[in-house]
Amino acid sequence: MREFGYDRATDVAGAIALLGADPHAHYLGGGTNLVDLMKLGVEAPTRLVDVSRLPLAGIEVLPDGGLRIGSTASNSDIAAHPDVRRRFPAVAQAVLAGASGQLRNVATAGGNLLQRTRCPYFTDVTKPCNKRVPGTGCPARDGEHHNHAILGASVQCIATHPSDFAVGLVALDARVTVQESDGPREIPLEEFYRPVGSTPERETVLGPGALITGIVLPGLPIAARSRYRKVRERASYAFAIGSIAAALHVTDGTVTEVRIALGAVASRPWRARAAERVLLGAPVGADAFADAADAELAAAQPLRDNAYKVPLMRNLIVTMLSELAEAPGR
Amino acid sequence: MTTMPASVPTAVGEALTRIEGRLKVTGQARYAAEFPAPGLAYGWIVPARIARGRVRAIDIDAALALPGVLAVLHHGNAPRLTDAGDATLLVLQDDAVPHWGWPVALVVATTSEQARAAAERIHVTYDEEPHDVVFSAEHAGTYIPDHVNPAQETSTVLGDVDAALAAADVVVDATYSTPNEHNSPMEPHSATARWADGRLEVIDSNQGAFAVRQSLATLFSLDPSAVHVRSEHVGGGFGAKGTARPHVVLAAMAATVLQRPVRVTLTRQQMFSLVGYRTPTVQRVRVGADASGRLTALDHLAYSQTSRVLEFTEQTAIYARVMYAAGALRTDHRVVALDVPTPRWMRAPGEAPGSFAVESALDELAEQCGIDPVELRARNEPDVEPATGRPFSSRNLRTCFTEGARRFGWAGRDARPGVRRDGRWLLGTGTAAATYPARVTPSTATATAEADGLFTIRITASDIGTGARTALTQIAADALRVPLERVRVLIGDSDFGQAQLAGGSLGTGSWGFAITEACRALRTELDGGATVPPDGLTARADTAERVQALPALSRHSYGAQFAEVAVDLSSGEVRVRRMVGIFAVGRVVNPLTARSQLVGGMTMGLSMALHEEAILDPVFGDVVNHDLAGYHVATNADVPPIEVDWVDDADDVIPTGTKGLGEIGIVGAAAAIANAVWHATGARHRDLPIRPDRVLFS
Ligand SMILES: Cc1cc2nc3c(=O)[nH]c(=O)nc-3n(C[C@H](O)[C@H](O)[C@H](O)COP(=O)(O)OP(=O)(O)OC[C@H]3O[C@@H](n4cnc5c(N)ncnc54)[C@H](O)[C@@H]3O)c2cc1C
Ligand code: SF4
Repeated sequence: MREFGYDRATDVAGAIALLGADPHAHYLGGGTNLVDLMKLGVEAPTRLVDVSRLPLAGIEVLPDGGLRIGSTASNSDIAAHPDVRRRFPAVAQAVLAGASGQLRNVATAGGNLLQRTRCPYFTDVTKPCNKRVPGTGCPARDGEHHNHAILGASVQCIATHPSDFAVGLVALDARVTVQESDGPREIPLEEFYRPVGSTPERETVLGPGALITGIVLPGLPIAARSRYRKVRERASYAFAIGSIAAALHVTDGTVTEVRIALGAVASRPWRARAAERVLLGAPVGADAFADAADAELAAAQPLRDNAYKVPLMRNLIVTMLSELAEAPGR
Repeated sequence: MTTMPASVPTAVGEALTRIEGRLKVTGQARYAAEFPAPGLAYGWIVPARIARGRVRAIDIDAALALPGVLAVLHHGNAPRLTDAGDATLLVLQDDAVPHWGWPVALVVATTSEQARAAAERIHVTYDEEPHDVVFSAEHAGTYIPDHVNPAQETSTVLGDVDAALAAADVVVDATYSTPNEHNSPMEPHSATARWADGRLEVIDSNQGAFAVRQSLATLFSLDPSAVHVRSEHVGGGFGAKGTARPHVVLAAMAATVLQRPVRVTLTRQQMFSLVGYRTPTVQRVRVGADASGRLTALDHLAYSQTSRVLEFTEQTAIYARVMYAAGALRTDHRVVALDVPTPRWMRAPGEAPGSFAVESALDELAEQCGIDPVELRARNEPDVEPATGRPFSSRNLRTCFTEGARRFGWAGRDARPGVRRDGRWLLGTGTAAATYPARVTPSTATATAEADGLFTIRITASDIGTGARTALTQIAADALRVPLERVRVLIGDSDFGQAQLAGGSLGTGSWGFAITEACRALRTELDGGATVPPDGLTARADTAERVQALPALSRHSYGAQFAEVAVDLSSGEVRVRRMVGIFAVGRVVNPLTARSQLVGGMTMGLSMALHEEAILDPVFGDVVNHDLAGYHVATNADVPPIEVDWVDDADDVIPTGTKGLGEIGIVGAAAAIANAVWHATGARHRDLPIRPDRVLFS
């Protein structure tokens, strides 16, 4: 039997101290991902430091009209919060599109950002996998990869980040607040996940023992008209095969502000900067939307069985922007 | 109007909730893995990590040194077994590895956690051989099997199909495929075995305790009376528990070696390689017709896979043998043996995949002839069973279509594809027929009049969640002519004698037959003035002779399936908006549980149409998505309102008048949905499931 220690932290400093410098210790949020991975033998922590009862569950409005979401706020509370729904609808919709009611009740904001990929080779310890055991190879490349990355992947790993929540957040310039042993730090979510490169096992820029304390959504008027759409292989309880979070502002027929992020296409929630660049200042309309989609997807490197994601994402970008352009109150 | 005399009870036909329902929802009904046993030990399977080869060595020392570990069984030390006609049960007998996941050892420990931890410490080295796991119709190893499941003719030929096709006004020639699908019942397989008073006592999750007893007796060279198998409550099977599976053999082995109770429970992942699944199929269907849509030729050739352990050939092409009047009719099968787990029965084996191909091809024919799909089927109603010429005992397919079309609002349907829209969704409707054989097999039962005025029925039936126990109680009450409350039906115990297993939609008819006979005999004795002694008065029935004497009729259930779908071409998403299924299934014993079976079957058909697909990795030979997060079955949100009903279908060939309805709901459902997707979009989907990527590229 794999035995492990369990401690429940009551404050942030205590949590960090409990984790100490033990590289085999893990924070435990709702446990909906970590405990599954422990059962599968993918994770074998020596110690769990339960942070789910830390006083970090609050969701508060900031002076600039933004929001601070505490890292232990449950996914359900985030999705139901009136200020999230009103000011950042794409975030609320993204959370609601994930997992199931029961899972969202216990899953935390911090745990959601740090959930691991659903690549079936990663979760099966009888198979090689560079992300799980560096240097063993990537069987997904020639094997089952219909829901793997088309953007930003590497020869070493083509896994996607599965979170819906993170896609909504990255579109709206969210920042992650972190407590490390040498003090607090704030990291734009767009820079939070490392490029895959040759080290797919290192997923974030967090230092050892870093605790996520919260997420800050800056006050962004355009966010109030943001939307999220998720495409999946069944109507609920499935990860995205493609998703999009976007917001659009048009003045006198010209795009003056735009935010687009894509999900299920890369190792991280993918901010579609190339598409945004094409759109800014462009005359609003189907042509511009298609150009933007093409600009973003020009870098796509589809494989044998995930090539459908290119037309899928193109269609999602175009239809989402068209809907936003037609929506009242833009 | 006639009034029933008060003395004639009519429990049959009443919509009763499950007799054991309260026990189940309060957690008091015990499933196989939940029975306490003093001194219970737990077995954990060590599965093979190659797809083909031999075990060179097994290092068990590290495992044996761990706390709680009692034994490690492997081919070098396990008890020898006698072949019981199913080589998938001959585990730990030699060093051969026929597929990924095959058990190469069993660790037994005092807790399940200890056993699992020890299993992970067992080091197996293999002599690996190149494996062959990829199924295709073009595979060089494809051959003509001697028979198809269970013992049906591989091919049937009537007339000259090729000549008829050459002369036909309209021809459809299309190839369809269905993927590897897994039964995935909610309750994983579990067995607990122990020796007591010279008998092997087994509690197992299965669909037929008697068949499991017979297998265990042969495997372990025991007198059948020395084996006792119980399976009182079973959490689903869909065929995956039809006969004994390796877990029960391993439990019995370990209990024999250790002389203490041992439980072996499969993990969800292990179920993907050890208990059967539906083979992938490739099916070529050729249909010839005259301009008015009358079939002149129907040719159905089905390919499937089997393992190298046991030949199992899905009877995919039998569907056409009963369905339509075609001048020339040919049905045939090919199979290829691969280094894969053995495919077995999954709800409506044969008819489920076969109907997808034939009923899709008929829709293509309707399109080409410009004839309404419902009308097309009506024009091809046969007078006798096409392949055999046997008369039908009853055939109410037309009535199903008439009623289904009325309820669905089919009349006036615009046949043009791709012209209805609701926002981003294209809408379409589709239909398909369904059939499933209504067979009956010999069974035994006893009926006992107890001294306290109650009646006890004993039969080795199995209730895998269908409501069988309740239906049998209704049948018994009527046959005894007593109120339902006075009847108790005991099932799932091999000591009650030979009986049909819960499969092939054979249960209610076969069990009900034996129960009716036993009850009538008892009633006659009681009516003749017999007195009930203190330990009860028992009548026994064995329907072997009566079943043998049944007339050689074509006896089938029928159904008409209708579906409306919405398709988003920009995302590839398909959603079913509503389904209507109208069935002719003989007498309905319990409308409540019958409806659940039919709705469940149609739901599984929806799941087959849109979601279910096990993906085999060609490098490892393992199912990659081997859990219910990766193997998608329809969720509640996928399942629309499903309207189910049945038409009058009097058919009293057997006493219960039932035809069986556990399987027919899945038949034709996927075709109705695929046909609706064509109607919505104009694109034919001949490969299941209809995934978003397939819709996007169609
Ligand atoms: C069946 C199923 C379906 C799902 N479907 C979806 C879906 O459709 N979309 C989707 O987005 N998600 C889905 N999920 C994933 C789900 O959203 C995540 O499991 C959940 O958000 C993780 O949160 P948690 O609090 O349970 O994390 P845990 O499992 O507790 O932790 C996850 C990781 O985060 C670390 N961690 C937790 N909190 C902190 C912290 N404060 N600071 C630093 N590290 C921390 C842990 O050490 C661990 O490594 C699904 C999950 C399941 C089981
Ligand atoms: S894609 Fe990444 S996670 Fe998946 S097998 Fe390859 S290396 Fe492992």
